[in-house]
Amino acid sequence: MALLKATKLSKVFGGLKAVSNFDVTIEKGELIGLIGPNGAGKTTAFNLLTGVYEPTTGEIEFDGKSMLGLKPYQITQHGLARTFQNIRLFSELSVLDNVKIAYHFHVKYGILESVLRIGRYHKEEAEIEKKAIALLEIFKLADKKDEIAKNLPYGEQRRLEIARALAAQPKLLLLDEPAAGMNPQETQELMKMIKWIKQEFDLTILLIEHDMSLVMNVCERIYVLEYGSIIAQGIPEEIKNNPRVIEAYLGEEVD
Amino acid sequence: MGNNKQVWQSLLACIAVYALMQALITFDVIGPFWQLNIVLVCINIILAVSLNLINGFTGQFSIGHAGFMAVGAYVGAVLTVKFQLPFIVAILGGAAAAGFLGFMIGLPTLRLDGDYLAIATLGLGEIIRITILNIPYVGGASGFMGIPRYTSFTWVFFLTVFTVLFIRNFINSTHGRACISVRENQIAAEAMGVDTTKYKVMAFTIGAAFAGVAGTLFAHYFYIAHPASFTFMKSFDILTIVVLGGLGSISGSITAAILLTFISAALAGYPEWRMIIYSLMLIVLMLYRPQGLFGNREISLKMFGRLMGGNKRGTTEGN
Repeated sequence: MALLKATKLSKVFGGLKAVSNFDVTIEKGELIGLIGPNGAGKTTAFNLLTGVYEPTTGEIEFDGKSMLGLKPYQITQHGLARTFQNIRLFSELSVLDNVKIAYHFHVKYGILESVLRIGRYHKEEAEIEKKAIALLEIFKLADKKDEIAKNLPYGEQRRLEIARALAAQPKLLLLDEPAAGMNPQETQELMKMIKWIKQEFDLTILLIEHDMSLVMNVCERIYVLEYGSIIAQGIPEEIKNNPRVIEAYLGEEVD
Repeated sequence: MGNNKQVWQSLLACIAVYALMQALITFDVIGPFWQLNIVLVCINIILAVSLNLINGFTGQFSIGHAGFMAVGAYVGAVLTVKFQLPFIVAILGGAAAAGFLGFMIGLPTLRLDGDYLAIATLGLGEIIRITILNIPYVGGASGFMGIPRYTSFTWVFFLTVFTVLFIRNFINSTHGRACISVRENQIAAEAMGVDTTKYKVMAFTIGAAFAGVAGTLFAHYFYIAHPASFTFMKSFDILTIVVLGGLGSISGSITAAILLTFISAALAGYPEWRMIIYSLMLIVLMLYRPQGLFGNREISLKMFGRLMGGNKRGTTEGN
């Protein structure tokens, strides 16, 4: 059974059809790319999947359950975490606290336990701290755990955002342009890391990306979006040679 | 465990401070005027720390705190005067009533952001006051008189300690982190699985409940609860303490509450100069430390250690 299945999704803003007839099926364990020219509606599609926008029409099924009408935090609690195109860290908080917050909905102790410091409080807090530091170690951020998030260099902020999303322990990870603003070397490292975390955390990943080398190298399947609808899908080789994709990216050939 | 040691140390420090103050009061070293100001300091700390939970930690700009204080004062007074119930019941009742009202008001208004929320809470504070003004049962415009003086230094001191500990422990838990994440970035908080509405309403309810406690203490110290004590000016006084101390710093709120209460007491002898000096001070502070005295930092033993270390280095360099 498909992990994520979106059928005939559309989103209309006033008179503008930002996304229409968006059909995506993702199997468990896949690494899927979503590409398309600027303004094609990629981020809108992400926002529909994560509940930031409510779709005008269509159906989203995740892990066999309908995600329609759920709030973003409920969708995250079902196991679908994301990063943002323009980084959205908790910028005034420490690196460690950024990651700790993502464990929030897994914590079981109540308000009374936290105020009186009894019951599960100490045990669970220690556990969160341990897990968070272990995660930061994977992302090579452990030595900066007390740094304020906004003071990190750009590439590390991107890494921290992925680490934070992983702390929510998702089944499906949505990455919105993870390589935006990175230099070729950083992109290379990121590519390796994405492949690695997919293995290590037994994840399914959907990523939006502009960097073609990254998309063609890591993605197993690619969806191409133009003017809000899917115009092509397939393995990277097929996409590279698809005339409609070339047309969308480079323009029509002149006779 | 180091954690336990710290708890015992702070507990001992609290008891020592209490014993010292109580002794000074019992042996009349501290006169009635300063006694009154010490009680006011404690009430202001409760108000400021609870407002800081809403404004500083959760980032929801509320300026209707005096309204919740009024609810606590009147409900507490009704319970002791009309129903002859013990003081502790009055305090709990005042807190519950103010908390419940905070919950009811919080649900609809916390959909608003920034300026709009500020205006809505300002209006709600006034609505509470005007409503009380028109209830003859609690004395209407002439105020609720004949309240017994149950509030003593012991009551305010330990309730202040309780408030500070409650809010500090709340902030340093996953629930507090959820509140702070709402302040930092609401969209990211939602994306991380935090129910932002729930935590906004929760912070608002807890803050309002402690304002209710402060209100009950206030009414049972001054023998009277009067609508004029709970105008929006009172809300601004509390807000001034919070902003001056630093949004998101409990130690800041405590320090600012002590500082401002004593300054306004010290200037009581010069009524014509009082407001001028008071406001000049605020202007100077805002010019040189717009983030408040403490920013969002807390005083800790570690900080003192660093301060001492810094001084030592300073002197060796001097030599």
